[in-house]
Amino acid sequence: MKQKQTAVVASQRELAPMIYDMWIESDLAKDALPGQFLCVYTRNKSTLLPRPISICEVNEDKSALRIVYRIAGQGTAEFATYKAGEPVEILGTLGNGFNVEVAAGKKVFLMGGGIGVPPMLQLAKALNAVTAKENIQIVVGYRDNQTFLREDLEKYGQVYIATEDGSVGTKGNVMNAIEENALQADVIMACGPMPMLRAIKGYAENADIPAYISLEEHMACGVGACLGCVVKTKEKDHHSHVNNARICTDGPVFEAKEVDI
Amino acid sequence: MNMQTTIAGVTFKNPVMTASGTFGSGMEYGEFVDLNQLGAVVTKGVANVPWPGNPTPRVAEVYGGMLNAIGLQNPGIDVFMDRDIPFLKQYDTKIIVNVCGKSVEDYVEVVEKLGDEPAVSMLEINVSCPNVTEGAIAFGQKADALYNITEEIKKHAKQPIIMKLSPNVTDITEMAKAAEAAGADALSLINTITGMKIDIHRRKFAIANKTGGMSGPAIKPVAVRMVYQAAHAVQIPIIGMGGIANAEDAIEFILAGASAVSIGAMNFVNPYTTIEVVKGIEDYMKRYNVENLTDLTGAVDV
Ligand SMILES: Cc1cc2nc3c(=O)[nH]c(=O)nc-3n(C[C@H](O)[C@H](O)[C@H](O)COP(=O)(O)OP(=O)(O)OC[C@H]3O[C@@H](n4cnc5c(N)ncnc54)[C@H](O)[C@@H]3O)c2cc1C
Ligand SMILES: Cc1cc2nc3c(=O)[nH]c(=O)nc-3n(C[C@H](O)[C@H](O)[C@H](O)COP(=O)(O)O)c2cc1C
Ligand code: FES
Repeated sequence: MKQKQTAVVASQRELAPMIYDMWIESDLAKDALPGQFLCVYTRNKSTLLPRPISICEVNEDKSALRIVYRIAGQGTAEFATYKAGEPVEILGTLGNGFNVEVAAGKKVFLMGGGIGVPPMLQLAKALNAVTAKENIQIVVGYRDNQTFLREDLEKYGQVYIATEDGSVGTKGNVMNAIEENALQADVIMACGPMPMLRAIKGYAENADIPAYISLEEHMACGVGACLGCVVKTKEKDHHSHVNNARICTDGPVFEAKEVDI
Repeated sequence: MNMQTTIAGVTFKNPVMTASGTFGSGMEYGEFVDLNQLGAVVTKGVANVPWPGNPTPRVAEVYGGMLNAIGLQNPGIDVFMDRDIPFLKQYDTKIIVNVCGKSVEDYVEVVEKLGDEPAVSMLEINVSCPNVTEGAIAFGQKADALYNITEEIKKHAKQPIIMKLSPNVTDITEMAKAAEAAGADALSLINTITGMKIDIHRRKFAIANKTGGMSGPAIKPVAVRMVYQAAHAVQIPIIGMGGIANAEDAIEFILAGASAVSIGAMNFVNPYTTIEVVKGIEDYMKRYNVENLTDLTGAVDV
C-alpha cells in the first residue's frame, strides 16, 4: 500500500551522536518489506521535498515502523526534535525492498556502511525465516566506536565490525573485515556509501556471486512520476525504454551487475 | 453550480489539470487520487524517439520550491501511444499530451502520430524547457521563432494546440501575442524559471546540469503576474500554473485570467493536491454564490 499520512511518533531517542532512532505508529507497517523506505516530510514549509529514510525495523504486531537516521541537514535536524505523541508526515511504503527468497538456504553477507546499516536489521530478521542464523553474516562498517544497532543485529546473525579508526573490530572498511575474518558467502545484500557499493560490485563480480545493493539519489516525488532519481542501467529499462531506472520505484535495491555506478 | 470550463471547443469537467512532467502519465498518482475527478491529465513531454535525459542529481530543494533538470527523459512516442494512452483512456478525464522536440521536424512527427488518436483532446507544445541544450527553449524565447514553430505545428495538428510559454523572457506579452497570431488555440504558463544552487560544502552545483528549472510555491507571484499580463494581451484561453498548492492559489490564477490551472511540484509534497483543489474551488464557489466557474476567469477587480 502507498499512502501519505500523518502518523504518530511512538518514541524517539539519540542512539549515538547525531544518530536518531524513531519509532512511528502507522498501519503502513502491515506490509512493509526490508529495504523499503519512507518519505518523511518537514513541518517547515520552506523545505518541501520529502526525505527518504529506510525502514530499519517493523515491530512484532506490525503496528509500528522504526527509522534510524543521521542529522544531515535541515530536515533531519527537524525530525530529531520530535517527541513521542507528536505527528509526523510520512509517505510509504516505497520501493521494491530486498528479495529474501534469493537467499533461501544460502550463506549471505549483509553489508552496511554508516547510515546504510539500519535497513540491514529488518533484513536480517526476515532472512532468519529462509536460512539458518549461522548463515547470516552481518558485516557492518562505522567511523568509530559508535557502533549503533550492533546489539540488535547480534540477535539475528553473526556480526563482524569494521571501523575507520580501528577502535572496534577490523581497522578499515567492510571489505577489510571480510578479508581479515576469511569470510565467504553465496549472495550479498548491501546498503551504504557509493565507494563501498562499488567495491562490493567488484568483489561480487570476481567471486561470481549475486550482490543486491540499495542505492541513493535525490528524490522529488518518491513514487516514480518525476524521473528525478534515476540510475544508469545495463539493459534498457522496461518502463523508461532508455538505460535509466527509477531508484524510488524500480529500486532502491538493484542487482549490482545491472547498474552502472 | 457549474465547474466546467471550455478551451478551444474542448469541455473539461473542472478546471484542474496536472502540470506536465510532474504526474507521469497518471499511473503513479492513480494510486493516490481518482483520475476520474480531474479536469485533465497533462502527460510528461514526449518526443519522436526515446530521450535518456540528464545525469543526476536532477532535482534539488530550494527555499519554498525545487530545481529540476530531468532533461525530458521519455520513452518516445511509439511506446507512449501503445502504453500510456490506453491506460489513460480507461478514465473519464481529458488527455492532453505534452510534446517536446529538438527540431521543428521532431515536433511535427509526434504531432502527426497523435493526430490518429481521437482520445487525445489537445496537444501542449513545450517550447520552453530550460533543461535541454538544443531546440526546445530556443523556440520559446524569441517571438519570431515561436511564431514560426507554432504556425508549422498548427498545419499538421489535428487537435487544438496549447503553446506552453517560458517565463525566461523579458516580455511575456510579446510571446503570447506571437503564439496567438500564429494560430495557437490556447496558452499555458508558466514553465519553470531557470535557477541555480551551489552546495558550498562540496563546492559543487546541486544539479549536475548546473542550472535547473525552478518550480513550487516560491514562484507563484511571478506566475500570477505573467498569467495576468498574457490574459490582457491575447483573446485565446490560458491554462495557468506555477506553485499552486491549494484552491486559494488556483483561484488567484483564475481571477488573474486563467480558464484552467495545473498542479505541478506540489503533487510531490502532497499527492492529493489535485483533488483537494477541485473540492476547494467548489467550496469557494458555494461560499461566494458563483454559478459558473467561467464567471471567475479574469474577474479580479471588476
Ligand atoms: C532510499 C534512501 C534511503 C535512505 N535511508 C536513510 C536512512 O535510513 N538513514 C539516514 O540517515 N539517511 C537515509 N538516507 C539519506 C537521507 O535521505 C538524507 O540524509 C536526507 O534526505 C537529508 O535531509 P536533510 O534535510 O537533513 O538534509 P539537506 O541537505 O538539508 O537536504 C536537502 C535536500 O537534499 C536531499 N538529500 C540530501 N542528502 C540526501 C541523500 N543522501 N539522499 C537523498 N536525498 C538527499 C534531501 O532529501 C532534501 O531534499 C536515505 C536516502 C535514500 C535515497
Ligand atoms: C520534475 C519536473 C518535470 C517537468 N517536466 C516538464 C515537461 O516534461 N514538459 C513541460 O512542458 N513542463 C515540465 N515541467 C514544468 C511544469 O509542468 C510546470 O510548468 C512548472 O513546474 C511550474 O508549475 P509548479 O510550480 O506547479 O511545478 C516540469 C516540472 C517539474 C518540477
Ligand atoms: S523521485 Fe520521482 S521518480 Fe523517483
